[in-house]
Amino acid sequence: MDITKLTLIEIRNKIASGCFSASEVVKATLENIEKNKDLNALITIDYDGAIESARKADSRLSCGEAPLLNGVPVVVKDNISTKGLPTTCASKILDGYEPFYDATVVKRLKSAGAIIIGKSNMDEFAMGSTSEKSAYGAVKNPFNKNLVAGGSSGGSACAVAAGLVSGALGSDTGGSVRQPSAFCGVVGLKPTYSAVSRYGLIAYASSLDQIGPITKTVKDNALILSVIAGKDEMDATSAQIETDYTSYDRSVKSKTIGIVKQFWEQIKDEKISLAVENAARLLEKKGAKIKEVSLPSFNLSLPSYYAISCAEAASNLARYDGICYGKRIERKDYESEIIATRSTLFGDEVKRRIMFGNYLLGGSGRELFERANCARRLIKGEMDAIFSGCDLILGPTTPTTAFERGKLGALNANSNEDIFTAFVSLAGLPAISVPFGKNANGLPIGIQLVGRAFEEKTLYKASELIEKEMRS
Amino acid sequence: MTNGYIAAIGIEVHCELDTKSKLFCACENSFGKEPNTRCCPVCIGAPGAMPTLNENAVELAVKAGLALNCKINKVSRFVRKNYCYPDLPKAWQITQDDQPLCYGGALEYEHNGEKKSVRINRIQLEEDAGKLVHDGKISKIDYNRCGVPLIEIVTEPDMSSPEEAVAFLTELKSVLRYSGVSKVKMQEGNLRFDVNISVSKSEKRGTRTETKNLNSFKSVLAACSYEINRQIEEMEKGRKIELETRRFDESLGEGFSMREKETAEDYRFFIEPDLLPLIVTDEEVKKIKRSLPVLRAQRVEKYIEGFNLDKSDANRITDSVKLSDLFDETVALGANPKATANIILGEITRLSKVDGVGELEPKITPLQLYGALSLVSSGEISITAMQQKLLPLLWGNESVAPKAVAKEKGLIQISNPDEIEKIVLTVIKENASVFDEYTSGNERVFPYLVGLVMKASKGKANPQLVNEILKKQLDGRS
Repeated sequence: MDITKLTLIEIRNKIASGCFSASEVVKATLENIEKNKDLNALITIDYDGAIESARKADSRLSCGEAPLLNGVPVVVKDNISTKGLPTTCASKILDGYEPFYDATVVKRLKSAGAIIIGKSNMDEFAMGSTSEKSAYGAVKNPFNKNLVAGGSSGGSACAVAAGLVSGALGSDTGGSVRQPSAFCGVVGLKPTYSAVSRYGLIAYASSLDQIGPITKTVKDNALILSVIAGKDEMDATSAQIETDYTSYDRSVKSKTIGIVKQFWEQIKDEKISLAVENAARLLEKKGAKIKEVSLPSFNLSLPSYYAISCAEAASNLARYDGICYGKRIERKDYESEIIATRSTLFGDEVKRRIMFGNYLLGGSGRELFERANCARRLIKGEMDAIFSGCDLILGPTTPTTAFERGKLGALNANSNEDIFTAFVSLAGLPAISVPFGKNANGLPIGIQLVGRAFEEKTLYKASELIEKEMRS
Repeated sequence: MTNGYIAAIGIEVHCELDTKSKLFCACENSFGKEPNTRCCPVCIGAPGAMPTLNENAVELAVKAGLALNCKINKVSRFVRKNYCYPDLPKAWQITQDDQPLCYGGALEYEHNGEKKSVRINRIQLEEDAGKLVHDGKISKIDYNRCGVPLIEIVTEPDMSSPEEAVAFLTELKSVLRYSGVSKVKMQEGNLRFDVNISVSKSEKRGTRTETKNLNSFKSVLAACSYEINRQIEEMEKGRKIELETRRFDESLGEGFSMREKETAEDYRFFIEPDLLPLIVTDEEVKKIKRSLPVLRAQRVEKYIEGFNLDKSDANRITDSVKLSDLFDETVALGANPKATANIILGEITRLSKVDGVGELEPKITPLQLYGALSLVSSGEISITAMQQKLLPLLWGNESVAPKAVAKEKGLIQISNPDEIEKIVLTVIKENASVFDEYTSGNERVFPYLVGLVMKASKGKANPQLVNEILKKQLDGRS
């Protein structure tokens, strides 16, 4: 039974109609995962749990119950807490850590009948854009195994692209859902900050993190978002919003779409520039108005993003000392022990960002941190100005397509990978990456659409048109 | 002060709020439970857990601010105070810094007959840390206390002696108790103090040191005295006082330096991104102000001016909120203030003490007490019978009425003068020789005759009336 090419909605419907059972789907999924072990997309596979959940899904059906995602296997990124199932953040320091509770998004997926079949591989503590910086080895791009899958949600994007599952959750702080989705040719959404509960998401940068769905199609994406989004009493920052994203029409008539003029010089692959132009033309044909807009502080966005995220990360990661959970390196006293544990068990990139973050929060670097916050407010202001005259912003998701593993040097911060995604996170706005063509080497290109706060439906509208064009 | 040195003492008071749950989660806020049984992912700092604010804690913090004459900040913010220590599971404490909930208040108190005042710089809402228990070479962590709501009350250095500091803290403790903000049980660690002390020969304040984690008035007194003397000694030797953090060992009676006092940057404060700004509306403040009970100082004043109680009685009654409440409510029903005061300070206090430790808990309702006092004032029972027989029967039995119990237990006195006269006449007749003794001038037998009448009435005759009627009869016949 080949389910690798089916969409999430197709699998859900076929289970509901009795075409096949949830147990058969799970069996096929586990076989596919096994066959594609070398992609290294997953850190943990819950064999027993998945089989048991499938049995429950099938029995629900026989009772006439059909929750929204009944019987559909999905994976969630390994920084999302799953009760009783190891949650490692791809780090040695959390080796063996099994949370005592489910993240809210996991609870909601389970209530909808979905089957959490595994935890996906990632960059350690979500710090990276290649999914190479993992204590469990790098994730490989399904299009070409010598290339990176993108990061930090590389495992989730790879699993969907390779057809191992039809839906996955990733987390996005500066582009970590959108960029791997672009590299792997799948659809990835970063919701508006506060639209999806962060309770249970192991924090990297609290004012930037959002959990987002990664799927093969736009419709699948909207379905998952409808299940996981919405007010959560356990997350004080979560918003009280309407959460039915599936009811949108497919029209961009009379919508204005802006293209930021500062984008063009950052694109390093001419096929990507072409894809953006083609997408603009396509949307124009469908009735949208295209115009050029300016984001003068665009070049401040990466430094501001890195400063703020590293500062918050330095605080968020200070608790990992192996004493109550995870791995512990024993020494004679408290201070020596936490130094040994953290120095040995954190990867280099994580340590780098923590040090940089503490420098920014402490005495000497504090002024820089405050400037980064100013830059953030500036960017938000400029975005608001753009959106007073536009409904969407169109651009590339990444400056290049997937590149060779091992290429990115030690100082990740120097790379420009997040140039098109970070500024969106700083402003707290929603954005989607949708595949649109391939480059000269046959590698997927992702187009990004950015919207106003809580207007994910507008994103879905426009990206479905792009998706439809791709299919024809 | 010795040698012309003036001391300046400021105190940071950490006070645990009397809420049902912790500040950022629904775990029970309670003391003395089995270690690590009042915890959840939030208060143990599990990866991915997030705080949600307990509104009741905010209410109590505002109450404290109002009771201490502070202004309430309509918008205040929570910050992360980042540092590593085993009793702090998130590696940061959620607290307040630049924008605290309350600021700019003052508390008056009395010391050596003088009225004094201490300015309150601010009150901030924050969470408590866990408790470290040292067991030989191993240290263990109990997270039950982690996340318990605290207010930190920061004073200006307005106290100039250890005795003043204790007098201030005594008044503060009473205000916190009376306003319902905290149970202020010292033995459960509800109140902890850090004292900031400096000495100087001039108006310009000297360098201060901070002595942390004092948990009784006794230790505050000792620590302040020790540190003031130490600083004076140092300065006399020509040495500079270092800005430092110290601890005080009560058993040794000595203070020790802990480390160079950290500068603000070490805590790397930044606004807590997982919480929204704390907003308190004018309406909410007004509502909380209305719910503020009358505080001790005002009650004492009322008892002295309004009810003519003497000062020491007024102070003794208000030593306990519950006794003071009982007094207020009983008098409000119409009881005589002096009689109420007497019985409360007497038998009620005695019965309360027998029952428990710590705060006195009277187990009688105002209505019952009023009833009992009315029976005495109407002459239906004697005061002794009320104290010794009736009160113990009402104690702990909310639903029983005093009159019914008195009747049932035969405590009702004979107060009908005719009935008493009958008994008196009978006793006189039956004890003619004693009667003769009296009439021949031996007045000392009078009490014996009274005793005979009481015995004849089985103790039920109203003793006052017996005295009157017997005297009348005896004098009438002599």
